[in-house]
Amino acid sequence: MYDVAVIGAGVTGGLIARKLTSYKLNICILEAENDVGCGASSANSAIVHAGFDAKPGTLKARFNVEGSRMMERVCAELGVKYKRNGSLVIGFSEEDRKTLGELLERGRKNGVEGLYIAGGDEVRALEPELSGDVTCALVAPTGAIICPYELAVSAAGNAMDNGAELMLNFRVSSVTVTPDGFSVGAEDGRRVAARRVINCAGVYADRVAATCGDDSFRIRPRRGEYMLLDKSAGGMCSHTVFRTPTAMGKGILITPTVDGNLLLGPTSEDIDDKDDLSVTRGGLERIAEQVKREMPRVDTGAVITSFCGLRAVGNTGDFIINEPLRGFVNVAAIESPGLTSSPAIAEYVAEILENSGLKMENNGKYDPEHRPLHWFRELGDSEKNEVIARDPSYGRVVCRCEGVTEGEILYAISQNPRPSDLDGVKRRTRAQMGRCQGGFCSPYIVKILSDRLGIPFEAVTKSGGGSYINVGRTK
Amino acid sequence: MKRNITCIICPRGCEMEAELTGGGVSVSGFGCARGRQYAENELIRPVRTLTTTVVLRDGSVIPVRTDRPVPKERMFDCMEAVRGVKELPDCSPGSVVIADVCGTGADLIVD
Amino acid sequence: MAERVFEYDLAVIGGGPAGMSAACAAYENGVKSVVIIEREDALGGILKQCIHCGFGLELFGEELTGPEFAGRLAAKVREYGIDCMLSSMVLAVDRSLNVTATSAANGIFTVRAKAVILAMGCRERPRGALNTPGTRPSGIFTAGTAQRYVNIDGYMPGKKVVILGSGDIGLIMARRMTLEGAKVEAVCEVMPYSGGLARNIEQCLNDFGIPLLLSHTVTEIRGRERLEGVTIARVEAGADGVRRPVAGSERFIACDTLLLSVGLIPENELTVNCGIGLCPATKGAAVSQDRETEVPGIYACGNVLHVHDLADFAAVEAALAGRAAAGRIKGLRGGGCGSGGGSASDGGCASDGVRGCGGVCAGDNAGEEFRAVFETDGQVRYTVPQRLTRRCDVKVYFRVSGIFERVSLEVRATSVGRGDENNLIFTKKYIKLTPGTMQTVTLTSEMLEKCDSGAVIRFSLVPQRRDDK
Repeated sequence: MYDVAVIGAGVTGGLIARKLTSYKLNICILEAENDVGCGASSANSAIVHAGFDAKPGTLKARFNVEGSRMMERVCAELGVKYKRNGSLVIGFSEEDRKTLGELLERGRKNGVEGLYIAGGDEVRALEPELSGDVTCALVAPTGAIICPYELAVSAAGNAMDNGAELMLNFRVSSVTVTPDGFSVGAEDGRRVAARRVINCAGVYADRVAATCGDDSFRIRPRRGEYMLLDKSAGGMCSHTVFRTPTAMGKGILITPTVDGNLLLGPTSEDIDDKDDLSVTRGGLERIAEQVKREMPRVDTGAVITSFCGLRAVGNTGDFIINEPLRGFVNVAAIESPGLTSSPAIAEYVAEILENSGLKMENNGKYDPEHRPLHWFRELGDSEKNEVIARDPSYGRVVCRCEGVTEGEILYAISQNPRPSDLDGVKRRTRAQMGRCQGGFCSPYIVKILSDRLGIPFEAVTKSGGGSYINVGRTK
Repeated sequence: MKRNITCIICPRGCEMEAELTGGGVSVSGFGCARGRQYAENELIRPVRTLTTTVVLRDGSVIPVRTDRPVPKERMFDCMEAVRGVKELPDCSPGSVVIADVCGTGADLIVD
Repeated sequence: MAERVFEYDLAVIGGGPAGMSAACAAYENGVKSVVIIEREDALGGILKQCIHCGFGLELFGEELTGPEFAGRLAAKVREYGIDCMLSSMVLAVDRSLNVTATSAANGIFTVRAKAVILAMGCRERPRGALNTPGTRPSGIFTAGTAQRYVNIDGYMPGKKVVILGSGDIGLIMARRMTLEGAKVEAVCEVMPYSGGLARNIEQCLNDFGIPLLLSHTVTEIRGRERLEGVTIARVEAGADGVRRPVAGSERFIACDTLLLSVGLIPENELTVNCGIGLCPATKGAAVSQDRETEVPGIYACGNVLHVHDLADFAAVEAALAGRAAAGRIKGLRGGGCGSGGGSASDGGCASDGVRGCGGVCAGDNAGEEFRAVFETDGQVRYTVPQRLTRRCDVKVYFRVSGIFERVSLEVRATSVGRGDENNLIFTKKYIKLTPGTMQTVTLTSEMLEKCDSGAVIRFSLVPQRRDDK
């Protein structure tokens, strides 16, 4: 019997589980996929929003500003790349300027610090590559960028280091009420008993809630397509550049990533299929068109990959965080600014559990620190040489594009949560994430995984399930 | 009847024309003697050098080839024969893996 | 912990056919202190997985497989006692000719050299660069990655295959997968012509009845976990010249594997990080006839300089760089003579391997300062070298940007300060030129006598006149 079962190991679920491991509680995390952070957590804008966007008084506004203030510390504790690069909302017209004025007002009401509106030349001094047509911008110095999948991995990893259990490929099919709590069933027949259940199931949160009788909300996926450009284009801008929102939505953003690439997107399209992660020709063309207007010299030909994320959009317009029946907590519709809000949401959920009568006593041994997955890269040459002298695998480069060594891959495989597929290694080490996209290194990583996990070469997958790489021996 | 033949001997890929005549094969468009020979073979008995690998019981993969071209229509038979090789006493270049593979007269050798 | 430092006269980065050939040529030209730094655990580069025939005719006068070809060069490297640092990844090259690398054995270390030859090869364009719509399941490989799985690891990536792009590796893999029991449904090529060699279309596709669909592309990728199929469509060029799928021509092909053979890109990260500018057309460094980059003492050759059709050609070119580097190291004036050879058949490379000219070159006009740059008309896409630093016989490699039939190549020198402009110094007729086949012409020192120093030498294609035979 667990005290709490957290359904979903995205950023939100991971940070909630991590928070709960600081108490004398028995925690398990139930994840539908073969790894943590596979959903919206690894396909989003990787932005820490300043907080001027959300309507004052909403949960979004509250947690955005709180989360934005907490995020730097959380990232430092968890060893996640974070950079406060500031953000700009650019405008092209008087009408835009008026909207920016409203955003500024809203931001101040929400408690966002340092906001101001700059003229066209002033903003081009900040970002010289911006189009000459830009006439104004809202400047938000507290905007930041982070590595979201690293946050998901490290949050779950830190929770596990502090005692939480992770069950992968656990696709929840039912949550039923039992005399002392809940029984959570998986499609494959596994069952987990828990006193409390936290529903962080992303786009599936409505289905999970419905299995225990709560049909009070709906989640509709909103498709967001992105293009990731080569590091050669990474220097085009240093701020995150948003377009002034219109009735048509927030538009395409241009942002550097913490790893030095340039990220363009997202498109925004409400769809019905909760699994449809396809990228469309129209979407990519829209991105390229809009970016051209904002920053004409960005070369979308430098794209190294395009991808799609599904934002879990609820039918209430706000985050849906409630306790429809005692002990069952929805943490649903965590769409933008969900990533930013996640640390604050974790604190809030702990409060909800306490109010629900769960005994929350600090366990006194909780360690919030998690060694960065990328610790080796941060070392100077002479320190690296000391590491290599002790463990020569750190001298063998496996991924030549991103310069990832065998030692770093083996380290990632040895750490909670242990990856067992190619995408898992990619999220943790950046191997396969460079310009050749794994062309050279993926066969080596398959071999490493096969050796380390003790499974046949052909049993290694891209992302679990039926995503096999090889069908078997040639002969 | 004339046949157009693209030469596979070298990267130039000469476009040749070949025709069976009473006394043999007439070829035009070749760039060298090897090309002419190739065109003649294509009309009479097309041959190809087979390159593949053997996969040994211990998992090691050794590149192998026929030491001369084999009849084109026998390539899949030869592949079947290669499939059966699971041990190799000698993996050094040139050593024979299967002598006279499938009766083609060619030896399968290590690259 | 202190870094180890090694001193060599010549550091060659990359132990593939170009790197080995360059190292041997330098050795044969009197430089004995040579090191090859190779990232993999054996010499040979990509040839190790190219188990097909078709190598060696140019260099060794006989038909060899990739591993055999690599073996010949590696044997020479061993015979000469050239040092090889294997499993060593170069991290940086600087303009003072220091090479920083890392390996399990040495940690992060430095090689100080008097000349550096870049021979890192190229990589394949991945799926991401194509922006193909659809999902991102497993089962999508570049042709070279699939080749590695099949030929090195001994595993089959799939059973039912569509190939996008008709580059040579894709064609070779069509045959290879077929021989190993897979069904190759089709090869789609977006252009109206193949990017691969005619002989590979013949022996890899036609031999097995695999259709080559020209002016076709993959418009959608389907599959959640593993690839389930692709939609292909015919493409046509619009009024703006952009090739787009034709509505209504879409067709779904069920398959578990998509191989991409959509182009090779020279791997020039080290070059760029060293501050050496790249030629936009080749995506390699701009070089002189000696394959010297804009940084004195740093040379480039093989596929890192421009993508060759054949390892033989890469090796022949690399010998020029090796010889020139040797000349520089020996302190010979003008950096030795890289381009001493003549026609394609004896372009400085005899069948016994790579032959040097010992830094002595009849075509070399000692004493006279000479500089010239090459320019192309767009139909000729690029030349290598891109510039000359002396008058000597020089073999110029070039590629064209489309299919051209019955054209003449004209080479004209536009000299500064001379009335006689557009001086035609060379012309040659071609029945057919295709982008997939690299061409060479040799400009002799006599032809270059017609050029002043500072000349722009322009390569262009013109239609053959009707009365031309």
